[in-house]
Amino acid sequence: MKAILRLKEVSVSYTPGKNAVDKVTTDIYPNTITAIMGPSGCGKSTLLRAINRMHDLYANVQTTGEIILKGRNVLEMDPMEVRRMAGMVFQQPNPFPTMSIYDNVLAGYTLNGIRLGKNEKEEIVEQSLQSVALWDEVKDVMTKRGSFLSGGQQQRLCIARTLALKPEVLLMDEPTSALDPISTNKIEELLLQLKQQFTIIIVTHNMSQAARISDNAMFMYLGELVEHGNTTQMFTKPRNKRTEEYLTGVFG
Amino acid sequence: MNKDSIFRFLLSTAALLVLLFTAGIIYALVSRSTEAFQEYGVWGFVGNAEWDPRSATEEYGALSFILGTLYTSFFALLLCIPFSLAVALFNGEYYKGKKISSAVRSIVDLLAGIPSIVYGLWGFYTLRPLVIALGVSAQGFGIFLSSVVLAIMIIPYASSLSSEFLSMVPNNLKEGAYSLGATQIEVVQYISLPSAGSGIVASYILALGRALGETMAVTMLIGNTNRIPRGLSDTGNTMASVIANQFGEADGLKLSSLIAIGLLLFIITAVINLIAKLIMKKISLI
Amino acid sequence: MNQSSSIEQRKRKDKTIRHLVGFFSLFAMIPLFFILWDVISKGYKNFNLRLFTEVTPSSMDALLAISNGDPIPGGILNGMTGTILIVGLAILFSVPLGLFIGIYLADNQGKRFAGLVSYLTDLLQGMPSIVIGIIAYAWVVKPLGSYSALAGSVALTIMMLPMIVRSTEETLKMLPLSYKEAGLALGSSYTNVVFRILIPSGFGGIFTGILLAISRVMGETAPLMLTALGASVVHWKMMEPASAIPLLIWDFYNDPNLVDLIWSSSLLLLIVIFLLNWIAKIVARKWKV
Repeated sequence: MKAILRLKEVSVSYTPGKNAVDKVTTDIYPNTITAIMGPSGCGKSTLLRAINRMHDLYANVQTTGEIILKGRNVLEMDPMEVRRMAGMVFQQPNPFPTMSIYDNVLAGYTLNGIRLGKNEKEEIVEQSLQSVALWDEVKDVMTKRGSFLSGGQQQRLCIARTLALKPEVLLMDEPTSALDPISTNKIEELLLQLKQQFTIIIVTHNMSQAARISDNAMFMYLGELVEHGNTTQMFTKPRNKRTEEYLTGVFG
Repeated sequence: MNKDSIFRFLLSTAALLVLLFTAGIIYALVSRSTEAFQEYGVWGFVGNAEWDPRSATEEYGALSFILGTLYTSFFALLLCIPFSLAVALFNGEYYKGKKISSAVRSIVDLLAGIPSIVYGLWGFYTLRPLVIALGVSAQGFGIFLSSVVLAIMIIPYASSLSSEFLSMVPNNLKEGAYSLGATQIEVVQYISLPSAGSGIVASYILALGRALGETMAVTMLIGNTNRIPRGLSDTGNTMASVIANQFGEADGLKLSSLIAIGLLLFIITAVINLIAKLIMKKISLI
Repeated sequence: MNQSSSIEQRKRKDKTIRHLVGFFSLFAMIPLFFILWDVISKGYKNFNLRLFTEVTPSSMDALLAISNGDPIPGGILNGMTGTILIVGLAILFSVPLGLFIGIYLADNQGKRFAGLVSYLTDLLQGMPSIVIGIIAYAWVVKPLGSYSALAGSVALTIMMLPMIVRSTEETLKMLPLSYKEAGLALGSSYTNVVFRILIPSGFGGIFTGILLAISRVMGETAPLMLTALGASVVHWKMMEPASAIPLLIWDFYNDPNLVDLIWSSSLLLLIVIFLLNWIAKIVARKWKV
C-alpha cells in the first residue's frame, strides 16, 4: 500500500534551538485511523498542527523537514490549499455562532469564496450531515444556529463542516475530550465508518479510545516519536520501554 | 494571499494612525502655545496668578486656574468617595449578582449618560438656589456648587470600576473568613477592601482625571473669576472653564495662553491616567 | 478577639453598616430622578411639533412674543440637522478606523508596537473634551480659515475612536481562539475569517460599543463651541459652521429671551441619549457571545 502522508524529519520549534517536535519520520496509509498518544506537552498536538500549517498563524514557530501529502510537500504549498486538503476538528466544538446549521456545513465554501448552485449546496449539506449521522436529527431545523445543538451534535456538525470540503485527511485534536461518554461513543462509531472514505489522524490522551478505534498508533515523548506501529501490537507487545511504562500507567 | 496582505497592511496603517494622531495632538498644542511660553517662560506662566486681558496691561498666567481646577476636583473627589464606595459595595459585595444590583447599576449608568451641559442647567436652576438658601455664598456660584455637581458626575465612574474590583475578590477567601465566624462587615473590612484596595484607589484616580477635565457644568457654575479662589464659597475658574469661556473672542497672546493652559491640562490628565493605569496593570499581574 | 465585642455587638455593627451602604447608594441615585423631574416638568410644555420643524428664533422675535404674552416661536431644527451632520460624519470617520485598529490590537497582543498603540489609545480616551476642541480647532479651523461642521466632527471622531477601538478589541479577544483557527483550517483567507466569522460573532459587543460612543458624543458641547460654532439655518454643508442640540442649549442658557427653549431641548437630548443606551443594552443582551 502506498502512503498518503509521509513525514520526513519533521521538527517544530517555538523558541529557536528547542524543538517541541523533534525529527519525526513516519508514513500514514490511506483509510486508516492513526492515534497519536503521549503525555501532555509531548508535542502530539504540535505535530498534528504542523500537517495543515496551523503554525503559520503565529510568529516565531519554525517547521522544518518534509510533509508529503499525496506526493506534494505541504511546507512548500499555499497554506490555504493545504488546509482544504487536510481538514481539522478541534477539541472544543466550535460551530460558527452567527451561521445556521446549513451555513455552517457550507462555511468552507463561503469562506473560500467558492460559489455553488442551490442543488449542489443541498447535496453537499445532506451528504455531509448524513455521513456524520446528524441529518435525521437536524434536517428540520437547518435554519437554526449551530450553537443550539448539544455538545456532541455540535462536534458532529464541525466534522461535517470539514468533510464538506472533501479533504484527503482528517486531523482531529482530542475531538471528544469536551464531550460526555455517550456523545464520545457516537463520535467513535462515526470515525470507524468515516475511515472507509478518509484517512484519519487523531490526537488523544485517552488510551482506551486509541485502543478501541485506531489501526495504528504513534507514541510520542518529549517531542520524539518513540514508537509507531500496529495498535494491537503496541498495546500488547510494546517494543520500547517508555511506551510500555506509559501504557501501564507508570507515568503520564 | 494577496488580499490578506493588503488587509493586514490596512490594519497596521490604521494602528499607525493612532501614533500620528498623538504626534499631531502634541504638535498642535505645543506649537500653538509657544508664543505664551516664550513671552513668560514655562514657570513664569505656570506660577503667575495674574490673568488680565485688558490690552493696556495685558498679562497672562495659569496659576489661578490650575489651583481652581485642583480645588474643585479634589473637593469633588472627597464628596464622591462615601457615595461611590457605598454603590461599589452595594453592587460588588452586598447584592452582587442580585436583581436589585443590576437595577442600581442601570440607574448609575444613566447618570453617566447625562450630558455635562444638562448637569450644568440642573446645578444652575435647582442646586444654586439651595446653596444660596444654605448661606454658603450670596450668589450661589463658586467652587462649592461646582464641586457638588462634579461629585455627582463622577460617582458613576468611581463606583462602576471599583465594584468590578470588589467582585473580583476570590470567593474562597471570603468563605474562609465566614467559616471562621466573621460577619459580612468583617469580611468586607478584613478581606474584600484590602484585596480590592489598590483597584479601588485606581478607580478614584481615574474619576479624578474625569473631574479635572470636565468643562461645561463647571463653566456654568463656578462664577468665572480670574483669580485664585480664597475658599470653598468663593468663585473662580478651572483650566477647562477658562478655555470654554474665553476661547471664542481670543486671539494673539491670549489665544496662545489659553492653548498653553490646554496643554497643561492635557499633561496633568495624562499623568493622572497613567498613574491609574500603572496601578491597575500591577494588579492584573498578580 | 476583644471580650467586649460580643456577638450581639458585632451583629449590630454589621447591620448598621449594611443600612449605611443602602442609604448612601440610594442617595447617590437620587440626582437622576431630580434631574429627570426637572427636565420633564419644565420641558414638556415646549416639547411640540414646532421644536422639530422650525429653526431657532432670533432673540428679538422671542422678546416680542414674550412681551405679548405668547409662547416663543420656533424650534431647534437647525440643531437637530447639525447634530445629525456632525455626529454622522464622526461615525463615518471613526467606525471603520476604530474597527481596524481594534482588530489590529486584538490580533497582535504582546507585540511592542501594539502595546504602544494600546497605550496611546488610553491616552486619547482620557483627554478632556475641551482639549480635543482645541486640537480640532488647530487641525481644521485654523488651516481652513473657518469654523465648520467638519471641524466639529473631527473633534467628535477623536472622542469616539478610542471607545470603538477598546470595545472592538475587548469583544474580539473574548471570542474563542478556535473560531479563527477553525476558519483558517477550512482554508479560508484571514480577511474572510475576520469579516465572515469574527466580526459577525462579535457583532453584539462591537455594535454596543459604537452605540455607546455615539450616545457619549451626542451631548458634547465644549469641543463643538471651539469648532462647529453654531448656525441659525438648516444646511448640510460640512465646510460651513453648523449648530448642534447641545450648542443650542448653551446659546439659550446665555440668552434670557430664549431661556424657555432650554428644557425642551434638554428633554429631547436626554431622550435620544437614553434611547441609544437602551438599544445598546438590548443589543448586548441579544447578541451575547
